[in-house]
Amino acid sequence: MNLKKGNYSLLVKGGRLIDPAAKIDATMDVLLRDGLVAEIAPPGKTRGTAHEKFDARGLIVAPGFIDLHVHLREPGQGYKETIATGTAAAAAGGFTSVCCMPNTQPVVDSPEWVTWLQQPERGAVVNVFPIAAATHASKGAVLTDFRALQRAGAVGVTDDGKPILNDGVMRETLRLSSEINLPVIQHAEDTRMTDRCSMNDGPTAFRLGLRGMKAAAEASIVERDVQLAQQFTGARLHVAHLSTADALKAVRRGKRSKSQVTCEVTPHHFALTDADVGEYDTNFKMNPPLRSDSDREALLVALADGTVDAIATDHAPHAPHEKIIEFERAAFGITGLETALGLAIIHLHRGHKIPLSRIVELFTAGPARVFSLRGRGTLIRGSHGDVTIFDPQKRWTFDAAKSHSRSHNTPFGGAQLTGKVVATIVGGRVVYRAD
Amino acid sequence: MNKAARGSLLGIEHLGAQDILGLLKLARRMNPLKPRPLLRGKRVLLLFYEASTRTRSSFEIAAKALGAMTTLVLSSGSSIEKGESLLDTGYTLRAVGADVIVIRHPQAGAAALMARYLEIPVINAGDGMHEHPSQALLDAYTIVRSKKTLKGLQVAIVGDIYHSRVARSAIHLLSKFGARITLCGPAEFLPETATSLASGLHITRTVEDAVHSADVIMTLRVQKERLAGTKISVQDYVSRYQMTMARLKLAKKDAMLMHPGPIIRGLELTWEVADCPQSAIVEEVRNGVPVRMAILAKALGRAR
Repeated sequence: MNLKKGNYSLLVKGGRLIDPAAKIDATMDVLLRDGLVAEIAPPGKTRGTAHEKFDARGLIVAPGFIDLHVHLREPGQGYKETIATGTAAAAAGGFTSVCCMPNTQPVVDSPEWVTWLQQPERGAVVNVFPIAAATHASKGAVLTDFRALQRAGAVGVTDDGKPILNDGVMRETLRLSSEINLPVIQHAEDTRMTDRCSMNDGPTAFRLGLRGMKAAAEASIVERDVQLAQQFTGARLHVAHLSTADALKAVRRGKRSKSQVTCEVTPHHFALTDADVGEYDTNFKMNPPLRSDSDREALLVALADGTVDAIATDHAPHAPHEKIIEFERAAFGITGLETALGLAIIHLHRGHKIPLSRIVELFTAGPARVFSLRGRGTLIRGSHGDVTIFDPQKRWTFDAAKSHSRSHNTPFGGAQLTGKVVATIVGGRVVYRAD
Repeated sequence: MNKAARGSLLGIEHLGAQDILGLLKLARRMNPLKPRPLLRGKRVLLLFYEASTRTRSSFEIAAKALGAMTTLVLSSGSSIEKGESLLDTGYTLRAVGADVIVIRHPQAGAAALMARYLEIPVINAGDGMHEHPSQALLDAYTIVRSKKTLKGLQVAIVGDIYHSRVARSAIHLLSKFGARITLCGPAEFLPETATSLASGLHITRTVEDAVHSADVIMTLRVQKERLAGTKISVQDYVSRYQMTMARLKLAKKDAMLMHPGPIIRGLELTWEVADCPQSAIVEEVRNGVPVRMAILAKALGRAR
């Protein structure tokens, strides 16, 4: 068998194909050839032959999942994660494409680093789409060269980890990016209101004696950005890791206007609340923080009704010495690639009766649309051969110690999940297969 | 998450009423003037990342009164200054033979972190804005000596409750015994969420209402630099919340006036109030020693 690209085919047989972009939810065979989708047909009806077959009976076959928000930590922080380990975790979680954040060391603010991230030497096992810094060193002052970054492969710009706080700088970012159809991803946090804060403002923060981040610190930035985006035709504002009911209201207003406003929600924000911080468990510390129960309820409604465009993990690996320390000093962030699907099925499908097709949309067509990832997020003929195959009934326990990520800072170690990835296919080839 | 080492005292919140009564009973049997060698040969490590007069000296005297050796480690002048982490400092102190660590730290949860990773008991001598359990226990001890009970007492807590670990511990403790607690302070120092801390809490912004027919008044220290971050001037605070003789008279005739120290005369209370016959401020400090003897004996399983 010749494994060179351009001469390999794989037939995924007998699975229930859910492709929301193509409005398909039926038992279908999917033939992948030359890295692309060659044919979709009812069982046994594909015309071509395949080198290999994958028996997907009883399983869901979906377009490859796309994660808009991942920290792969390279360049510079390989002790937390590398592109190789991070993408291995992505594959195990069913993600065939990840968009990586630029808050590395150094910050990815030049075309050279954007190119570097995509080189084969990095050892990525899934597609990596770099997001570049919006300002030099993400200091929030001097804009980077958006055109050059886009040409090098950047799918968006952001200063993630920090907001683009200054009104004038954010206006310029939206204006320049609107000219080249480049999404701006905002980490919405008015840091003037969150100084020394380590969790959500509320009863748990008061009880623990921790300074609390108010929901208004997120909502006020989203409100401002939605207004600014309306000033420029073609501006694309994407709100990262949205976590509060008030910010959702601003996004809904933005979606009713002519500007393109999108948002993502993380699994931990729809699965947990600030009360789960318990007794200073730093695996429950991230930014934005876990919010109140009413915020969580609002996110569940918005995930169901279409306000939310994508589920994104904000996978943020950290080493033990950055997490097993005093709560207020501990790094923000948790890993999330391997638990996203299981949490979505438990909390959204089982818990809140959101149909599987909508959940698949939030992992596929939704995120593909946000960053205009052409030929992805769907399996119509001619698309990239990225496929996620999962068992929606499978109950399993997540063992953090066996994570493919270099880091194990997750609040879901030992969690009972429902819905497990069986195989992940990138460019027509299986890159992950569950034992 | 690991469980805290056995014998640790991290806060009042998760203690049962029986645990608290047990400690208070044990404290009554402790007399600093009549040393009991319950902890002979034991090493008590006092690890202080923050300034302290009362807590530090009374833990040290309490340990010595029980026959233990004490060693003091301060953040300045130790490897902590060189960037050693809290847990590494803890492992070091355990390795030199600490049987118990008493820790004061500016960050909430520091004592809990240490107790989860060291296999020796850890006593929280104040962690950030979180809890100061030995202070709450000595305050309860002081109140019970005078009032015989905590149940049904009307308690006013006045001042900067938000930043106060003393207030959080006191509220947990008094609430467990059915005291009726009124919290009083400006919104910046007393957010509405404070009532979620325990059952039966009330908030008032008027100090006269808070102290009216109170059995116990707890005043808290106000840091001028914290006022500076609010819209309230020092003069405003003094005129609205300072404990004066006139305000004290609104309380019950035999009301106790308490303060965890250090007191700032002329800010949260007047000079006269600090020294008046109803003031229990010095008594609180004195009672700190037998209460901390009880805490140390209990932590090391030598409660007799």
